[in-house]
Amino acid sequence: MALSGVEIFKLLPKTNCKKCGSPTCLAFAMKLAQRQASIDACPDVSEEAKKILGEASAPPIRPITFGAGEKAVKMGEETVLFRHDKKFVNPSAFAVEIKDTLSEDEIAKICQQVIDSEIDRVGQKLRIDAIMLSNVSGDAGKLEAAAKVVAAKAAVVPVIISTTNPQAAEAAVKLFADKRPILYGANTSNADAMAAIAKAHKAVLGVAANGLDELSGLTEKIKGLGVADMVLDSGARKAKEIIEHNTLIRRAAIKKGDKTVGYPVINFMQREDSLLEGLLASVGVAKYASIIVMSGIEKWKNLALFTLRQNIYTDPQVPMQVEQKIYHIGEPKPESPLFITTNFSLTYFIVSGEIENSKVASRLAVMDCEGLSVLTAWAAGKFTASKIAQFIQESGVEKDVANKELILPGYVAILSGALEEKLPGWKITVGPREANTIPAFLKTR
Amino acid sequence: MAFTAPKETYSGKVYPVTIGTGDKAVTCGGENVLPFHSFEGITPSRPVIAIEIQDVPPADWPDTVRKPYDAVSGDPVSWAKFCQDELKAKALALRLVGTHPDRENRSPADAVKTVKDVLAAVQVPLIILGSNHAEKDTSVLVAVAEAAKDKNCIIGKAQEANYKTIAAASMANNHKLIAMSELDINLSKQLNILITQMGFDKEKIITDPMCSALGYGIEYTYSVMERIRLAALTQNDVTMQQPLLGDVGMYVWKIKEASAPEADLPQWGALEERGIAWEAETAAALMIAGAGLLIMRHPRAIKEVENLIDELV
Repeated sequence: MALSGVEIFKLLPKTNCKKCGSPTCLAFAMKLAQRQASIDACPDVSEEAKKILGEASAPPIRPITFGAGEKAVKMGEETVLFRHDKKFVNPSAFAVEIKDTLSEDEIAKICQQVIDSEIDRVGQKLRIDAIMLSNVSGDAGKLEAAAKVVAAKAAVVPVIISTTNPQAAEAAVKLFADKRPILYGANTSNADAMAAIAKAHKAVLGVAANGLDELSGLTEKIKGLGVADMVLDSGARKAKEIIEHNTLIRRAAIKKGDKTVGYPVINFMQREDSLLEGLLASVGVAKYASIIVMSGIEKWKNLALFTLRQNIYTDPQVPMQVEQKIYHIGEPKPESPLFITTNFSLTYFIVSGEIENSKVASRLAVMDCEGLSVLTAWAAGKFTASKIAQFIQESGVEKDVANKELILPGYVAILSGALEEKLPGWKITVGPREANTIPAFLKTR
Repeated sequence: MAFTAPKETYSGKVYPVTIGTGDKAVTCGGENVLPFHSFEGITPSRPVIAIEIQDVPPADWPDTVRKPYDAVSGDPVSWAKFCQDELKAKALALRLVGTHPDRENRSPADAVKTVKDVLAAVQVPLIILGSNHAEKDTSVLVAVAEAAKDKNCIIGKAQEANYKTIAAASMANNHKLIAMSELDINLSKQLNILITQMGFDKEKIITDPMCSALGYGIEYTYSVMERIRLAALTQNDVTMQQPLLGDVGMYVWKIKEASAPEADLPQWGALEERGIAWEAETAAALMIAGAGLLIMRHPRAIKEVENLIDELV
């Protein structure tokens, strides 16, 4: 929990020496409370006070990275329970389970699927983020052999090793030295040995508990053993329990400052039915999972899940924008209508959707107005006659259309006169005010 | 040290709304906690999924979702019976899309006949939806509300432009009412207030904050729903305590992901599964945000969302 300025002041030397740059210790304490200063600026503060302040200022959910290189996965750092309050920070990572009972060829095949899973959507690269290799055989040799295949075939993909057997764990984790794997499977009976392996090989430790009480006891114990980076499994497997545990963990960490559960959460969503598994995963994306383990990664499922994750993790305070350009809806011919609107993504989706519904192939000129809707952009001076004219001229759409006619959103009908002056030779038509009347508008033309 | 579970107690609750009559009646809402938070309060009813049917054949639906109904969708009555008897629908949503002036432009009298025929053929509760043409809907919905008198249907959708006539007709004939506004918690609240000011019982309204499909603005619907639910529960705002509607099918089955062939976009994977997953994921996310009533189209998407609900309650 963050400390107040007065609480911090009590820990300072109270000498008002000004060496930190603030006029008084109290002023410095206030700056610290607002995170505008670092405690390192005070030369005389005690080590104990530093420790207390350091712990208090740490984020409620520990930032942890697993994997290495450009595909490393960042987790934790979340500060809110609801996305409308503030942007969710680090998107849930999707992991696919590979069982060590599979043949070398089968393992290699899944590795390739993971590597090929990357797609581009609205300018972001989205992919299956990790592989979880699980020791279902119970045999240490099998796990190691499978781990060798994964290390060779998917060298850049972050890896989770799942086993409760410390010998098997050690042999497999070793293969991912310097790649910061997760070693999942530390429980009440093997915690000491697993913590030692995680420390020796710089792995993140996955804590497997049976319920929230046991979980918080285990993380405290493991932290005492010198492992700082953990991911949490409360043992929840059914959707109802996953919502309950993930919610309570997030609340305890953020609202109560409970450090014993201030770590990213891993959820196991494997189901026989791939579609149901995808729905479970969507619950995890919405409700606080940092890692979601699945058994199948079909392309159709990945696309749906990547999209949901992208949607849930967008910044609610920054309007989503689409790229400025002339969009083709259907296959427009030179005589097809040309609409113009702003680049607020919702405006674009609604307008393009209604044009699509009308089944009239069209061009839609989407102008960069910093993600504002039509009326707001007009009011802010970003959707004006001269700016529209400049955009239309520079877009080069003129050479693609037979009739130089531009359909303006009805709400900015006021611009039509000025626009006709600024776009010589163009006919400006005032279109509907609301997108849902576009089909009727096109029908009557 | 034992873990102290930070449970919340909320001051408000969601009104339970029952639709239909007899032993086929269903209820949504009634919870005094956020969706599926049964660990800290009561969640008496599961989300209700109504299967969408139409008054005219769904020629404009993509193949994936049109095919399962090809044998029955030529006639709304056989379509309704198929959904009730074969798909075990718990409720039906009859969309009178054929009344739209830009479509078949069917008359209010045509719509009345369809509604009467469907009501006579099935026992499950019926949601009766207009074509979303604000003006035409007033005449159509007034006529069908009367034709369905005392069947305890949901009539929709009342919007700012037409709520007076539709709410009055719904009230006079003992129906529930969908109040729809466009993705804004304040507009939604305002419309609920306007409707209740007419004397309409606030506990008979279903709020539709406007749906959006996965990938096409779902985060807006998601957050508006979440904020409405929080206002209802934490601030005990009586104008925001109606169950929420997710009109999922209509928004999902018109987007590119539900109809673009795999041959054109190989990285998007199998078309049929993709469309079904799109509808099911959209529904699942909105349920987590607060939707207690969903209108959906594809039988397999509906079945999987029911399976998910089984795990969530």
